[in-house]
Amino acid sequence: MRQTALDQVYELAKRDQRVVFVGSDLGVGTLKKFKAEMPDRFFMEGVAEQNIIGMAAGLAMEGFIPYVNTIATFLTRRCYEQVAVDLCLHKLPVRLLASGGGVVYAPLGPTHLAIEDMAILRALPNMTVIAPVDAEEMTRLIPATLDYPGPVYVRFGKGGDPVVSKAAHGFAIGTAITLKPAGRVGMISTGVMSERCLRAAGLLAESGIEAGVLHCHTVKPLDVAAIADLAAQVDLLVTVEEHVLTAGLGSAVLEALADRGGRLSRILRLALPDSFTRTYGSQDSMLELYGLHPEGIAASVLGRLNQT
Amino acid sequence: MTLRNDTPPLDNRSKMLRRLVIDALDGGGRGHLGSSLSLIEIVRVLYDDILRHRPQEPKWEGRDRFILSKGHGCLALYAILADKGYFPVEELRRFCHRDSYLGGHPEAGKIPGVEASTGALGHGLSIGVGMALAARIKRSGTRVFVAMGDGEINEGSVWEAAMSAGKHGLDNLVAMVDYNKIQSYGFVSEVQPLEPLADKWRAFGFAAIEVDGHDTNALRQVLAAPAETGKPTAIICHTIKGRGIPFAENEPSWHHKSKIAPDQISAMYAALENT
Repeated sequence: MRQTALDQVYELAKRDQRVVFVGSDLGVGTLKKFKAEMPDRFFMEGVAEQNIIGMAAGLAMEGFIPYVNTIATFLTRRCYEQVAVDLCLHKLPVRLLASGGGVVYAPLGPTHLAIEDMAILRALPNMTVIAPVDAEEMTRLIPATLDYPGPVYVRFGKGGDPVVSKAAHGFAIGTAITLKPAGRVGMISTGVMSERCLRAAGLLAESGIEAGVLHCHTVKPLDVAAIADLAAQVDLLVTVEEHVLTAGLGSAVLEALADRGGRLSRILRLALPDSFTRTYGSQDSMLELYGLHPEGIAASVLGRLNQT
Repeated sequence: MTLRNDTPPLDNRSKMLRRLVIDALDGGGRGHLGSSLSLIEIVRVLYDDILRHRPQEPKWEGRDRFILSKGHGCLALYAILADKGYFPVEELRRFCHRDSYLGGHPEAGKIPGVEASTGALGHGLSIGVGMALAARIKRSGTRVFVAMGDGEINEGSVWEAAMSAGKHGLDNLVAMVDYNKIQSYGFVSEVQPLEPLADKWRAFGFAAIEVDGHDTNALRQVLAAPAETGKPTAIICHTIKGRGIPFAENEPSWHHKSKIAPDQISAMYAALENT
C-alpha cells in the first residue's frame, strides 16, 4: 500500500510541477527515482516532524502540494499542534501519508502504534481522514487527493493486504463503497478492516446470517447518507475498526445517526479497547487478541444477535 | 553584546508607531504591550526600507515575506500595517472587539498583509523555511523574514527549523530574535537562559549578527542583504521590553495586561512624549 502510494506520488510529480515530496528519515532508497529526476522537489528532512509539517505548510502557502510521509503515530501525535495550526487553520493542501496505521507495527510495541490517529485528526476542522482497504484502491485515491481542498490524512495498511476493491467501485473522497449488500446485519468499516469484515460476512453466511459491508474509506467527511440508509435497512449495525473505541469510526457513526434525530438502530461497536497494548506478535495476532479477526467479528455479531 | 547605553533616542516616527500601539491597547483594553514595543523598530525598518511589498496588493507574488512568529507582539505589526495602508488606522481601536479582524494574535486570510496565523509559539521559522525553499524552487528571488521572541525560542521546533535552514543553506531566509531579555514569568536569564545565543545560531549553520534592535540605521545595514552567501542569516536584536514607556520598560508585569485603566493609558501617552 505504501509503495503504491509513493509510486503514485512520483507519477503525480512527473506531470504536475506543484507536487513536492517531504519525508522524515525513511528507508534507504525511498523514492530514489523521484530524488534523481526531480531533486529540487524531493526533501528528506530528518527526525523532526514538527519542522516537517511547518515546512510543508510554508511550501503549500507558496502554491506547492506537499506529500509528507512518515510513520503514522509520529505524523499525528508528535506534531499535532503543527497539523492543527499550520495545516488545518490555514486550510492548506498538504497530504499526510501515514505508514503503519493501526497495529501494523505490533511487534514494535505501543510507541509505534497509531490507534487513536483517526480520533485526534477528525477532531480538527478542515481535515480529511481516509483509510483505504488495499493497494488497488490506493491507486484511485492518491490522484483524487491532488486538487482536493485542505489537508488530507491517508492511513496505510501493512502492505500486501488482500485486494478486495474493484475498479468498478470507483473512488470519490467522502463516498462510501458497498462491498457487499446488507442483509439482517450491516457492517461499517474502514481501512483494511473492510477486508476482514468481508471474510466475517462469509462466516456469518455459513450460520445463515446475511451481513453486508459498507466500506467507509473516508472517515471524515463521513458518508452520512449511506450510513443512514444502511441503518434503516438492518436489524443490527456493526462498526469495525483497527482503532480504539474512543472517537473513531464507531463514534463518528453514532454521532451522525444521533444528529439526524431518528431512532438509533441496534449498534455493536467493535474496536480496540481503551488501553495501551501489552503484547507484540503481528498485526493479525493482535487483531485476533482483541477479537477483530474475521472469526472474532463473526462471533461478536452472532453473540449480539443471540442476546434477544 | 548587550544593548548599548547609547541606544538612539526615539524619533518622531518611532513615537508615532508607539502611539498607534497605545491606541489599540486603549480600544481593546488589553494587549501584550511590552512584547510589542520591543519590536517597533524591527517592523518599522522592514516595512519602510527592506521588504518589497505593495499595501494595495497584499498578495502580490513578487513581495518579500514577513512572518511574525511571536504572534503576541501583533500590536507592533498592526501599527505598521495600518500606517502603510493595509487597513484603516481606525481599525486599531477595535483591537480584540468581537467583530474586528484584529485579534490578540494575527490571522492570515483575515488581516491584509499577514502571511501566517501565529500565536502558538515556535511555528514561524519552519513555515519560513518552507517559503524560502519555495522561492528557491521558483528562482523568484524572494526573501523571507521571521521574527521570533526570546522566550519563543525555548521551543524545540525552532531548533529543528534552524537545523533544516542550515542544511539547505537558505541565504534568502532571515531569522530575527527580539531579544528583550524578559519572557512571561520573568527574566530569560532565570527562566531559561539562552547564552551564548549568537553562537547557538552559528552552530546551526547561520551567519549570526548582533545588533541594537532599536537602532534603525544599524537594522537597515544588517537587513539589507544576506550576511553570507550560502547561509541563512540570524539577527539577534538586543531590545528593551516596553521601550518608550519608562514605567513599562524592563518590567515583566507589562508583558501582557488586561483591564487597563484609562489613567494608565493617559500615563502611557504622556510618558511616550517625554521619553
